[in-house]
Amino acid sequence: MALNITASRPDPALLDLPWELPLETWPEEYLAALPRGISRHVVRFVKLSGRVLAVKEIKADIAVREYQMLRVLNKIEVPCVEPFGVVSGRTDRDGNPLDACLITQHLQFSLPYRALFSQSLREGTSTRLIDALAVLLVRLHLSGFWWGDVSLSNTLFRRDAGAFAAYLVDAETGELHQSLTDGQREHDLDIARVNIAGELMDLEAGGFLEAGTDAVDTSNRIVTRYTELWDELTGLERFERGDRWRVDERIRRLNELGFDVDELAISTDFDGTTIQIQPKVVDAGHHSRRLLRLTGLDVEENQARRLLNDLDSYRAGTDRQNDDEEIVAHDWLAKIYEPITRTVPRDMAAKLEPAELFHEVLEHRWYMSERAGHDMPIEDAIRDYVAHVLPSKPDEATVVGVDTVEMPVVAMFDDR
Amino acid sequence: MATVKFDEATRLYPGNDKPSVDKLNIDIEDGEFLVLVGPSGCGKSTSLRMLAGLEEVNAGKIWIGDRDVTNLSPKDRDVAMVFQNYALYPHMTVADNMGFALKIAGVDKGEIRKRVEEAAKILDLTPYLERKPKALSGGQRQRVAMGRAIVRSPQVFLMDEPLSNLDAKLRVQTRTQIASLQRRLGVTTVYVTHDQVEAMTMGDRVAVLKDGILQQCDSPRRMYDHPNNVFVAGFIGSPAMNLLEVESTDGGVLVGDSTVAVERDRLAGASGKGLTLGVRPEDLELRTDGHGIAVTVDVVEELGADAYIYGSTKAAQHVDEEDSDAPEKPFIARVDGRRPPAKGETVYLAPKTGHVHLFDAQSGLRLGD
Repeated sequence: MALNITASRPDPALLDLPWELPLETWPEEYLAALPRGISRHVVRFVKLSGRVLAVKEIKADIAVREYQMLRVLNKIEVPCVEPFGVVSGRTDRDGNPLDACLITQHLQFSLPYRALFSQSLREGTSTRLIDALAVLLVRLHLSGFWWGDVSLSNTLFRRDAGAFAAYLVDAETGELHQSLTDGQREHDLDIARVNIAGELMDLEAGGFLEAGTDAVDTSNRIVTRYTELWDELTGLERFERGDRWRVDERIRRLNELGFDVDELAISTDFDGTTIQIQPKVVDAGHHSRRLLRLTGLDVEENQARRLLNDLDSYRAGTDRQNDDEEIVAHDWLAKIYEPITRTVPRDMAAKLEPAELFHEVLEHRWYMSERAGHDMPIEDAIRDYVAHVLPSKPDEATVVGVDTVEMPVVAMFDDR
Repeated sequence: MATVKFDEATRLYPGNDKPSVDKLNIDIEDGEFLVLVGPSGCGKSTSLRMLAGLEEVNAGKIWIGDRDVTNLSPKDRDVAMVFQNYALYPHMTVADNMGFALKIAGVDKGEIRKRVEEAAKILDLTPYLERKPKALSGGQRQRVAMGRAIVRSPQVFLMDEPLSNLDAKLRVQTRTQIASLQRRLGVTTVYVTHDQVEAMTMGDRVAVLKDGILQQCDSPRRMYDHPNNVFVAGFIGSPAMNLLEVESTDGGVLVGDSTVAVERDRLAGASGKGLTLGVRPEDLELRTDGHGIAVTVDVVEELGADAYIYGSTKAAQHVDEEDSDAPEKPFIARVDGRRPPAKGETVYLAPKTGHVHLFDAQSGLRLGD
């Protein structure tokens, strides 16, 4: 068998995997978890040099195309899984050809939507997931990426300060264009709506959906959320010359949604009485970029917002409004954030990401303070949280399988 | 069900100076299975997406039935893009897996049930409607996935290379299945593929595109027997037609050392800038008199009843439309499988009477009938 491995940073340990076996029959010793999910292809999670990788069996040309597409998406900083490589030229022991494998890195602390629904649920989980997916879809569309198969199954979710951040997992049907037509965007939205409804109906049939949630109503939310966000990010706004404050107001609203405005087109009509503005280039990550600059912490957007708020209160509480922001941020990191996140015992470290843990502790402190009728110090909050809340949380660092049935639709025609 | 009409439909991408689809005219009949085929970049997918509403139409119009859909959004066109690969939902019954999209569309329960049952009958899935997909075989699951598109009973099915991620064997099986299903349903279908064999075996008619321009739209038979130009001649058929640069001579054209008879009026439309002769591998005969096209046999492919010989000839320059830098195409002939020539042997071949195609070398257009 003449294997052909394409990878940007190849790991020789790749050669030790049983490429001569169909992925479906890989022995358990190689796997990080038992096979799960409703992928239309065979997918397995394997352990390799201390990492977890997702391996998908798929035709070679499609594998290479998806690998390259994921590389491009990573380069343009769209949230998606990181491609690891493609293994092609596989044959079994009798020399029969086997499909190629696309390998991606498992995204730490990410959760498939089904895992979220099989845990005890917080109210509104489905709507929060759809909100996250709407943000992802808008970002993809702004980059000219037409997904072609938008669904909850093709997305991974990371906790983000009570909300979720969505990552694209499956780029097999995707195409990158200069920009998308309205028809392409609508088609993606329609696919999203139908797929989400199907996925929610399936959860309902399995008894996993929150009571009182209507699958069809909830799936429609992808359209409204997407449209609101798209209009805010790209819409043309007209106002009288005297209302110039509306330029700042628009930028503030976009920042609030987590976007920076890189380019804003401003024009006036010919007699100069009305002004029109339209954002031309927007960048996601308004808060996370600011936090990264101040502290070096690389976290999700809502987590960043939460951490920046805490940093602001720290600044106010220590009466250092006139000090350099970077210096205060450094102190906050050293005196508050790091000691708090380091308090977690090692055996509970796989439960939550540090930034999400910090967010939870802030929440916890709020409830404690409310009960006590006065402000509680964060040190008390983390002690109480670690003692009473954290132990019951599941490990989420590498959730790769939940209890569903694997069912590739493409299978041998054994009955016709 | 409906007719589909591309009326001078044109797609020009911003920044390009040549349209990706240039003044496309095709009339598709109600219930017809039309295949768009051509090499990559020919505009076939773009054409399909213009019909689906995913690509803008910069000039011309597209009609579905008597509706001008040129500027309608995709969901208002009553077309269904059919994917071969849906995920099935494990907790839902087969009936629910097929009908859930109708529920989203607000169709009432009785109507959903009716349409699901009708589709199940066509797909031989009736006994399985109340089962979970897990209990089905692979082929049945695939049919459930098709059922999902069928129950929507759109006016037009659109399929964009739906078989591209299947292996060769499955592709052949699924291709037959789609074609027979389409005939049973009678729904107008537009199907895109790069594979001319797929196109020829599936379509009622085949439309060949190249560089955004429609080359020919005909039944597979007509396309094979009567290619309108050199490109179609070389693209349709497997193994491909032999295309040779030839010169006219008294009473016909000169191939090797012999004259192939061609009626004088067939050459009337020629530009005088050279001729291309096309002859399909099965339209060649072995000659024993040492005349004709001398071919040195490089490879013999034995298929039982027939054998194909792949060889080279100095008798005439092979015409290669696509890429002049590509290695020269072999000269191919079908011979009797029981007495094939040996590798290395030189054989003499001549076209059977009445089975040559003639093209103007400059315009590439067919000469005569």
